[in-house]
Amino acid sequence: MTEPVFSWIGKALPRKEDPALLTGQARFIDDLEPVAGLRHVAIVRSPHAHGRIRSIDVDSALAMHGVDAVVTGSDIAAILKPIPSVVRTPIRYMPVGVDKVRFAGEPVAVVVASDRYLAEDAAEQVSVEIDPLDPVVGPVAAMCDTAPLLHEDADSNCVSFRTFRYGDPDTAFARAARTVSLDYTFHRYASTPIETYGVIAHAEKAPDRYTVWSNFQGPFVLHPLMAGALGVAGNRLRLITAPASGGSFGIKQAIFGYILLLSAVSRLTGHPVKWVEDRLEHLTASSAAAERVGRIDGAFDENGTLTGLRFDNIANMGAYLRPPEPASVYRMHAASNGCYRVPHIAVENRLVVTNTLPVGLNRGYGGPQFFFALERLIDCAARKLGFDPVELRRQNFLRKEAFPYTTPGGATFDSSDYDKAMDMLLAAADYKGLKERRADVRRAGNYFGIGFACGIEPSGSNMAYVSLAQTPEERAKAGPKSGGNASATIEMDPSGSVTVQLCSTPNGQGHATVAAQIVAQALAINPADIDVVTDIDTRNDAWSISSGNYSNRFAAAVTGAIVTCADRVSMRLRKIAAELFECAVDDVELADGKVRIKGIPNRALPVKRVAAAAHWHPDGLPDGLDAGLTETAIIHSETLTAPDDHDRVSSAVTYGIVFDLAAVSIAPDTGKMTVEKYVSVHDVGNQLNPLVVEGQILGGFAHGVGGAMYEELSYDTDGNPLNGTFADYRCPTAMEVPPVTVRHLTTPSEKSLLGSKGLGDGSSMTTPAALANAVADALGREDITLPLTPPTLWRMIHEDIA
Amino acid sequence: MTILAREQRHSITVKVNGLRYTGMATPRTLLADFLRHELGFKGVHVGCEHAVCGACTILLDGLLARACAIYAVQADDTSVETVEGLGKPEALAPLQAAFQEHHALQCGFCTPGILMSAKAFLDDVATVGVAPTEQQVREMLSGHLCRCTGYDGIVKAILACAEQAIGKSRHESG
Repeated sequence: MTEPVFSWIGKALPRKEDPALLTGQARFIDDLEPVAGLRHVAIVRSPHAHGRIRSIDVDSALAMHGVDAVVTGSDIAAILKPIPSVVRTPIRYMPVGVDKVRFAGEPVAVVVASDRYLAEDAAEQVSVEIDPLDPVVGPVAAMCDTAPLLHEDADSNCVSFRTFRYGDPDTAFARAARTVSLDYTFHRYASTPIETYGVIAHAEKAPDRYTVWSNFQGPFVLHPLMAGALGVAGNRLRLITAPASGGSFGIKQAIFGYILLLSAVSRLTGHPVKWVEDRLEHLTASSAAAERVGRIDGAFDENGTLTGLRFDNIANMGAYLRPPEPASVYRMHAASNGCYRVPHIAVENRLVVTNTLPVGLNRGYGGPQFFFALERLIDCAARKLGFDPVELRRQNFLRKEAFPYTTPGGATFDSSDYDKAMDMLLAAADYKGLKERRADVRRAGNYFGIGFACGIEPSGSNMAYVSLAQTPEERAKAGPKSGGNASATIEMDPSGSVTVQLCSTPNGQGHATVAAQIVAQALAINPADIDVVTDIDTRNDAWSISSGNYSNRFAAAVTGAIVTCADRVSMRLRKIAAELFECAVDDVELADGKVRIKGIPNRALPVKRVAAAAHWHPDGLPDGLDAGLTETAIIHSETLTAPDDHDRVSSAVTYGIVFDLAAVSIAPDTGKMTVEKYVSVHDVGNQLNPLVVEGQILGGFAHGVGGAMYEELSYDTDGNPLNGTFADYRCPTAMEVPPVTVRHLTTPSEKSLLGSKGLGDGSSMTTPAALANAVADALGREDITLPLTPPTLWRMIHEDIA
Repeated sequence: MTILAREQRHSITVKVNGLRYTGMATPRTLLADFLRHELGFKGVHVGCEHAVCGACTILLDGLLARACAIYAVQADDTSVETVEGLGKPEALAPLQAAFQEHHALQCGFCTPGILMSAKAFLDDVATVGVAPTEQQVREMLSGHLCRCTGYDGIVKAILACAEQAIGKSRHESG
C-alpha cells in the first residue's frame, strides 16, 4: 500500500471525547437509570479493624419508612462463593465480612430502600455487634509470631513467600569489591479518581442472568472470577460499562467486589439495585497502592560496574489477597534489572495481610515501589562509591546495540537508547548549572539537592506474569497461561459510515480519538466521521479476558487490534472495487473518501458506494468475500509467552523509558520543599497523538508528586483510617504541582504494529524516587521516607530539638 | 424533626440556565441531587459531597457555590447556572473550546465545576480589565481537584481566555 497523502496518525488532533464532556452531556454511571424500579443501597460497614461479628440486628432498620430489605454478610455468603487467589493459600476474598471483619470500613450489611437518603438513615439503625480483636496494621508487625492472625485458615499472616534466583547472585555478592545496601519503606497512597465507584445490578429472573452496569475498568480476567463467585456460567453475567468514566488510574479495578455484592443483593431482594460510593467509603474501603518495605543490596566491582542485585520485598496486601493481586509485586519482576546490565539477581517476596484495606491497581502499579528501591540504591551507591550518579548509571546502562535485550528475568526490552536519553535529560536540566547552584546554596548554609530516577515502563501486560506467585510446579499443575489479547471491531454500514468498538474501557485517556485517527488513516476518511464506542457490553462485544484499561496497554497492544481490523476493512473495500473496476486489487487505493485506481483519479467511486455493494448486493461480491463490512480482530503478541520453569517471563509487549531529574531546595525554618527543577525524558516510541501523550505524562507526574510529597492513606495503631475526606487526604491542587519539562526520545517499538509504546504510568513510577533522591542529596542522608511533608523534613533537619 | 416533616416534599422552583424549572425536594435534599436527579442536569458532578473537590460547582444567583453543600430548599426562587448553559457540543463557548484546544480535561469529571469557576473568574477579569498572572489562575483553581491533567492544560486554557477577555473589554471600552 502506498503511503497515505495525509497522515492522521501522529497528529495532535483535539479529542473527540471533549464536546460531550465540556457541555455536561457525557454520561457517567450515576447518570444512568437503565432499568425501572431501581432501589438504592447504603452499605453498613465495620467500625473495627479486626473483630468477630457476634450479631447483626436489622429489625429497627427494616421497620423504617421506605426500607425494602436489609441483607447481611451471612445472607450474601449463602449465594456468593469466596474468590480464590492465584497464591496457593486457603485465604479467600469476600466483598463482605461474614464471620469476621478484617479492616475498618469492610462491608457487613446492605440496606435497600426507595432512595439513598432513606437507605442511609436505615443503615445507621442496623445494630452490628462485633467482638473486637487486636488489629495489626504494619506488614513487619504482622509477620511476628505473636501477631493476631487475620485468617485462621492460614497459619500465618505471611501468605506467600517466594525466592527467585537469576544468574548466580550469591557469587556476585561474595566477589563484589563493594556492596551497598538500603532499607526502604514505601507508604500507601491512592490515586482517588474524582468520580467514585458506581454499580447498578439487576439479577434478572428470565432469562436467568446478572446484568450489571458499572464504571469497572477491567481487567476482564476478573469476569470469569465474578461468574464463578456468583455460581453462574460466564454468559449469565453481563457486564456493561458506562459511556464515560471519571478517572480510575487502576482504582476502578477493585469495584468488582461491589459488582458481586450488589449482584447478590439484587438476587436476594428481587430488586435492581444502585449504589454510588461516597468519598468516605472510597478513601477507606476501595483500593490503594501496596505499601512495601524491604531492603535492596547492590554488588559492584571496583569500577562501579553493577554485578548483582538482591531484593527483599515485604508487601502489605491489606486484609485480603484480592485479585489480581499480588500482581503489583510481580509486574516489575522480569525487569528487576531496571535500565542496567546486571546478570545476577536475587528476589525474595513476602506477601503479608494486615487489618487495612485491600490493595490493588494504582497508577504505576508496582513501579513506584520498585524504582524507589532500585533508583534510590543507585544514587546512594554513587555517593558511597564516589561517583557522580550520572556516571554510575552510564557505567551500567544497557547499550543501544543490546536491543532487543532479554533480561535475566525473561523480559524482552524492545528498543531505546539510554545514553542518549541521559544526554537529553542533562541538557534540558542544565545539570552543570544545577550543580553550580547547589554548591552556591550550600555555601550559604542552605539545603539543595539533585536526584535522578531512570525507569523503564512495561506496557501491555502478559496475563501470566502474576502466576510467578506460584512455584513452577504449581504452575505446571494449573496449566500454562500466556498472552494479553487485544480486540477491536470495525463496522462500515451501507451508508459508508464507520463505527469502531473498543474493549479498552478508557477513563479519560483519549482512546476514541486515537482509534479514530488510526481508522481514518487506513480508510482515508475523516476521523470526525468515525463513531468510536468505548462502553463495553460483554453480551454483545468482542471482549477478551485481557480487555480493560491497565498496564498502559492501549498504545502497546490495543492499537494493533484497531489497525489490523481497519486494514481488513480496507482490503475488503479494495477487493470489491477491483471487481467493479476490473483491475487488480493492488492497483486499488483508498484516498480522500474514495476508492480509486492508482494513478487514474477519475476511475474512482465514493467509499459509501462500495460499502453499499457489500451490504445490498452480496451476490455480486468477489468470490470468497463475506457479505457486509464488519471485522473483528483479536490479536495476541507473540512476545507474551508463558513463564518458564526458571521463573522467567516476558512480562510486557513494550518497554518505554522515563528518565527523571529533580532538583529541590528545602527551607530550614519550615521544612518546606520546593521543586526547583524537574525534567523528564520519555521514550514512548511513535507518538500516535502528541496532545494525548503530553496529557498522560503530565498527569502521571502529578500523581508522582502527590505520592512523593503530600498523599498518604494512614492508619492509627488500632487500624482506624485517618483520611476520610479530601480535607484529610491531600491531593495536590494547581498550587502544588510544580512545572515539569518533558523531552522525547523516539525509538519506535518493533513489538507494536504502529511502533508505539505504552505510556500513562510514566513519571508516576519514577517521581517518588527522583524527589526522594534529591532530598537525600540535599540533607546528606539516606533514610528518606515518603511523603516528604514539611513536618517530616523539618524533623530531619532539626533532629537535635525535634 | 418528625419522619413526616423530614420526608415532606416541597415544590422548588429554580431558574436554570435561563429557564424556569419546578421539582420536588425534601428539606434535606441536596441541591446537587435536586439538579441532577430531579431536574436532569447531569452535568453537575458530585465528587466528594463535602465541598472540597469542586466538581459540583455552580453559579447561584451569580455567585459560585458548591451544589453538594446547599439544600435544594435554599435554592428556591434562585437562578442557577450550570455547565449545560455555557455552550453547545456543536458550538462550544470560547472557554470550552480553549479547554479542548489545550487538552485541559481527560476524564472530564471535574471539568464542569472548573468551567464554572473559570467562567466567574474570567467575568471578573473582563470587568477589572487586568490580565491575571499564572499564579492567580492557579490560586483560583486551588478550590478544585483534578486527578488527570496535572492542571497545566487548565491553567493554559484559562490564561488564553483571559487574554481574549482583556482584549475584548479593551475593545469595548475603547
